[in-house]
Amino acid sequence: MSVFIIRRLMQSVLVIAIMGALVFFAVNVVGDPVDMLVNPEADQAEVERVLHALGLDRPLHEQFWFFVKNALRGDMGDSFIFGEPALKLIVQRIPATFELAVAALIMAVVVGIPCGVYAGLKPEARTSKAIMAGSILGFSLPTFWVGLMMIMVFAVMLGWLPSTGRGDTVQVMGIEVSFLTLDGLSHLVMPALNLALFKMSLVVRLARAGTREIVHQDYIKFARAKGVSEGRIILVHLMKNILIPVVTVLGLEFGNLIAFSVVTETVFAWPGMGKLIIDAINNLDRPIVVAYLMITVILFVTINLVVDIIYSLLDPRVRLGDLKR
Amino acid sequence: MRITRTASAVLFAAMMALPVGAAAQTLTIGLQAEPSSIDPHYHNLTPNNALLRDIFDRLILPDETQQLKPGLAESWKALDDLTWEIKLRQGVKFHDGSPFTADDVLFTFERAPNVPNSPSSFAIYVKNKKVTKVDDHTIHITTEKPYPLMPNDLSTFSIISKKHGEGASTGDYNSGKAAIGTGPYKFVEWVPGDRIILQRNEDYWGDKPAYDKVVIKPIKSGPARVAALLAGDVDFIDNVPTVDINRLKKEGKVNVMDSISNRVIYLHLDQFRDDSPFVKANGGGAIKNPIRDVRVRRAMSMAINRDAIVERVMEGIAIPAGQLLPKGFFGVSPNLKPVKYDPAGAKKLLAEAGVPDGFELTVHGPNDRYINDAKICEAVAQMLTRVGIKTKVETMTKSVFFKRASRGGPDNTPEFSLVLVGWGAGTGEASSPLKSLLMTYDKSKGYGASNRGRYSNPEMDAIVVQALSTVDDAKRQDLLAKATEIAMNDVGLIPLHYQISTWASRKGVAFKARTDESTVISTIYPN
Repeated sequence: MSVFIIRRLMQSVLVIAIMGALVFFAVNVVGDPVDMLVNPEADQAEVERVLHALGLDRPLHEQFWFFVKNALRGDMGDSFIFGEPALKLIVQRIPATFELAVAALIMAVVVGIPCGVYAGLKPEARTSKAIMAGSILGFSLPTFWVGLMMIMVFAVMLGWLPSTGRGDTVQVMGIEVSFLTLDGLSHLVMPALNLALFKMSLVVRLARAGTREIVHQDYIKFARAKGVSEGRIILVHLMKNILIPVVTVLGLEFGNLIAFSVVTETVFAWPGMGKLIIDAINNLDRPIVVAYLMITVILFVTINLVVDIIYSLLDPRVRLGDLKR
Repeated sequence: MRITRTASAVLFAAMMALPVGAAAQTLTIGLQAEPSSIDPHYHNLTPNNALLRDIFDRLILPDETQQLKPGLAESWKALDDLTWEIKLRQGVKFHDGSPFTADDVLFTFERAPNVPNSPSSFAIYVKNKKVTKVDDHTIHITTEKPYPLMPNDLSTFSIISKKHGEGASTGDYNSGKAAIGTGPYKFVEWVPGDRIILQRNEDYWGDKPAYDKVVIKPIKSGPARVAALLAGDVDFIDNVPTVDINRLKKEGKVNVMDSISNRVIYLHLDQFRDDSPFVKANGGGAIKNPIRDVRVRRAMSMAINRDAIVERVMEGIAIPAGQLLPKGFFGVSPNLKPVKYDPAGAKKLLAEAGVPDGFELTVHGPNDRYINDAKICEAVAQMLTRVGIKTKVETMTKSVFFKRASRGGPDNTPEFSLVLVGWGAGTGEASSPLKSLLMTYDKSKGYGASNRGRYSNPEMDAIVVQALSTVDDAKRQDLLAKATEIAMNDVGLIPLHYQISTWASRKGVAFKARTDESTVISTIYPN
């Protein structure tokens, strides 16, 4: 087990280092942040002052060396626009994004798995067909459009839910969370559902496919023959076996939820990381873009690692196979 | 949830034990852009300046049409060509109760140009000015050369408290520790990306604002901003998307307010290279840049149907332009009208200039900076093509566009041959666009900083320089108008239209629509 983890860790460090170089150079060849920062009324002297203050007048390799030196100390540079450490600005926004992603994930699992299992057990039932048709919609409708429609229906026409923003927050262990207040919860529902739709459809499809396959396996038939109750067959024998693909995909998708909830956050004006990054890209706030991408890389690498470990717990064959190599 | 919100409002009102009718009023507004800081001298950027002038007063406050009105300065006058006397308002108190004096102004002049890490400083308005204290409520500002724009410059930056500002960092302002001004609103809280909260300054020296508390929410997406207003989550929004304006006006559920802005959308043309990179002969061969011929430039201007652009592309939310600033601004010429659409005349001029069959050209523009910018480029290209100048369109994101348009070519010269850009005159008078867009590019003097076509006419330069040192308002007005006429006659650039800024509010809330694209919160009032 530990050999497995150590090998994985070394791979991860390599991936992070390569990504760091790629991200830095890619971001630094696009445009010139000075044009986005300096007031148009400024004269040439002011433009030069800003270039110098931001270190943009130095050659790219020097800037990169500077970046690497600081990054190793955990300093990703100061935001050009806000003048504060990029890492701090991103970390400030993590709770909001994390909350949204977790809420979406819970919705996807709680709704998706029962629906998928049901559709797998009774493929010919009308309800099952409706579920599957719904999942196609969930896959194919663009997120921003669904978001705007939800705002139109639930906020503008029916007036049930607030249209945008995060709502009241309370502090839990120094972190601002909104799901513990009624106002916060009402703000959370729509964006979380919007973000969850795609994942929900994904889970439905995975759960259904898994169920269809496993339900005909010998051990299920044997359990039936033995007289095990249907409930126990589904909850223990079936569930355990359909969960592996679901966990894999959700693990990866959770990273996606956190890193790329840009569209949902923009439509619902949710104060998370996605909104920060999209503004940073528009205004060429390079330190934020680089720091954000680095965090994303580390996040994905970590999630993959965790997924691998969960795998090996769920399925001993993964662990043993790795050790034999 | 609606019910809880009402309940908490009722509870709040009950706790405050306010008499019915005069209940505590909270105004919630949704803005497209969020300020980057609460430090008024950190970033010279419209969203920052618009918000922060309500927390930190300025010496002179531009009103909704950018006319200069007394702020912390009660009066100002030029004692002679080189000395200005500013009388400061007496009895003004900062939000913490400490008095406002000349020392605060002196301190502001010291700090404003020198904020560390500032991505765009206020040095351009502060430099070359020597400030001396005469008494606690009088200061003298001297310059080496006559400087008529003194009042305009003094209307651009906020005055801070010396007591709280000494040694304070930008972070101290963002946290609220140093964010103590004299303005109509006090700063309460800023949660980046989520909200800014302001509280009315009950001791304000001027007209007190109508609302006790203001909550500002950044809502970047246009449709979401409109939806938030329609849903009643916000009372007021800025920058209504042009596609929604006519529908909102018709439905009548909300007020829509608009004002012509100081921003002109124009085309800059390559006038300094014989071999211009995006000008080609018909068929793609090399050609001596015909745009350097004033007749060709004039023909291009005549080929553009400005009314059609305003009606079709801008959905009526713009005004055709014939110069650099709309009517009513200081320094505009009464003689200049938008060039008339005349494709036949344009073809004749092209023939006279020796290019009867036109040539090939590419127009470049941003696609996320001005209202409908990419669509305007397309319309312009079609119109030019119709008179024989076969024009292609290439638009790109602003962060890439401005670098290439300003210095993408060899030796940091402009890369393109024809660009679509906009210019908002921050000072609210014509010297701003003349100096930056049309004067001969001169790095050492700071002239022509945004002259992306490198238009150059020494006669016009001389008149602008003279205007910039003429303190007499009437004389300066004439000089600026004359310089504008020369530049427009040379077709130094092709003005297309002036943008119109829009705001919308729920019934019962109104706003004095402004020409400077700023949402000044203290001028939102109930009606």
